[in-house]
Amino acid sequence: MLAFLLTLMLLLGVVIVLAYAERKVAAFMQDRLGPTEAGPYGSLQAVLDVLKLLQKEDIVPALADKGLFKLAPILIFAAVFAGFAVIPISPTLVPAGIGIGVFYLLAIISLDVIGLLMAGWGSNNKYAMLGAMRSVAQIVSYEIPAGLAILSAVMVSQSLDFQEISYQQGVLMNAFPGMGYETNWLFGIQALGIDTTNIGGITTWNIFRAPMLLVAFVIYFIASLAESNRAPFDIPEAESELVAGFHVEYSGFRFAVLFLAEYSMMVLVSLVAVILFLGSWNTPLPNIGSVALANWTTGTIGEISGNLWAAFWLISKTFVLLFVQLWARWTYPRLRVDQLMYLCWKVLTPVALVVVLLAGVWRLLMI
Amino acid sequence: MLFYLFALLAVLSGTYMVLTRNLLYAGFSLLVTLLSVAGIYVLLFADFVAVTQLMVYVGGVLVLILFGIMLSSRVHDQSVMSESVNKVWGTVITFLILVGLCYTILHANLHMLPWLETADMDVLGLEKSTVHIIGIKLMTDFIVPFEVASLLLLIALMGAAYIATDKQKV
Repeated sequence: MLAFLLTLMLLLGVVIVLAYAERKVAAFMQDRLGPTEAGPYGSLQAVLDVLKLLQKEDIVPALADKGLFKLAPILIFAAVFAGFAVIPISPTLVPAGIGIGVFYLLAIISLDVIGLLMAGWGSNNKYAMLGAMRSVAQIVSYEIPAGLAILSAVMVSQSLDFQEISYQQGVLMNAFPGMGYETNWLFGIQALGIDTTNIGGITTWNIFRAPMLLVAFVIYFIASLAESNRAPFDIPEAESELVAGFHVEYSGFRFAVLFLAEYSMMVLVSLVAVILFLGSWNTPLPNIGSVALANWTTGTIGEISGNLWAAFWLISKTFVLLFVQLWARWTYPRLRVDQLMYLCWKVLTPVALVVVLLAGVWRLLMI
Repeated sequence: MLFYLFALLAVLSGTYMVLTRNLLYAGFSLLVTLLSVAGIYVLLFADFVAVTQLMVYVGGVLVLILFGIMLSSRVHDQSVMSESVNKVWGTVITFLILVGLCYTILHANLHMLPWLETADMDVLGLEKSTVHIIGIKLMTDFIVPFEVASLLLLIALMGAAYIATDKQKV
């Protein structure tokens, strides 16, 4: 119960910051000022937006399928929020450390799709229906390259447990039960003979342990943009064609929940990318000789210092990825449907398959 | 206690799915059924099966069913309705299956089954999940069914691709 509240609070905080950052970053990239009125530099804008949404009238269209219409936002948010249950925040802090976390996350996110269909159908609106259809088609197709990219990371880590994958990518590896005698080698190749177990930092991140995971990371990142309906993959809510896509009929609190779910999805996919590829809660700074940067910026496991450092690194890396998501939004034009499917099936999926094969071979070199 | 909750949910939503005439509602109540069955799997220490159930049935099959229903009815129409046909034969066959199941369960001698007697023990032991054991078993004892299943899926995929291609008129 405590984990539930903590995660919810953390998530709300991150989403508020993200909503503000979205507007400020957009303004910066278009040489505007963005919100300036509310609070210093407009920093209260996002909070006030939420307050405004909560006060608005909750409109249910007369001809909508009322049960489905009301249930859909709850289902969508519940699906996304359930994904956060397996995300480790620090070495000792994880809401639910189940052994098949990665698999669970992939499965529970697919519930989101059902919620989208429910919202699109329940609204009884052409735009909503088309938006939901597009969104679902897109999410279902892009789950394949994303799944393959995740699979290659899982093959290198030999685990489906997010916490175990996290421990492997840093100086704390030998502290994980069952991995007391494992060693990390530079680039994962034992033949090179350079032991990086105690060097830590960026040298033990997954993209460094197995360099082909860098490709997997890029594939996963592109696919995750599509899964969270972000530009340049935002055809489900293309404003110029569909007004707002599947949530066109929603207002007030229900819209706020959908909005929250969408931003939580962005945070969730970025968190997963950070954990699987970018070293999770581990520090990027390596130990260099007697300058033990990694140890200094890791703290002690189980104590406040360890938890704070880990949470700091995890959240700051996540924000870097989120910033890239915003950046991509204002850089690339929207893809057409055929371009979207071309990219997914003819580019990302074959490349991801090759990466999975390479990851399997690489794992043999790591033993 | 949790088992009864999930079982009740599964039975109620299953009944609703059968009785409702709106195909779309039937699809959504199938969601509840599948979720509660997944919950029961978790209670049986079969975490992998539970998550696979979510992945395959909720993420794949159910989405496909809903998609099919939504695409096959025009947006302005009333929701797709199903009609009841074959009432006599349906009742007879259901009744026969019920009798058969009851007969089997009553004669199964449930109390003597070896795995039920060890059910109180900690099944997983030191393992955190069943994935490792399932993986090893799949690659050793059950390799033939595993490969046959993949062959079957490949054939289905090829068939689907063949049906979906534009056939040029010769």
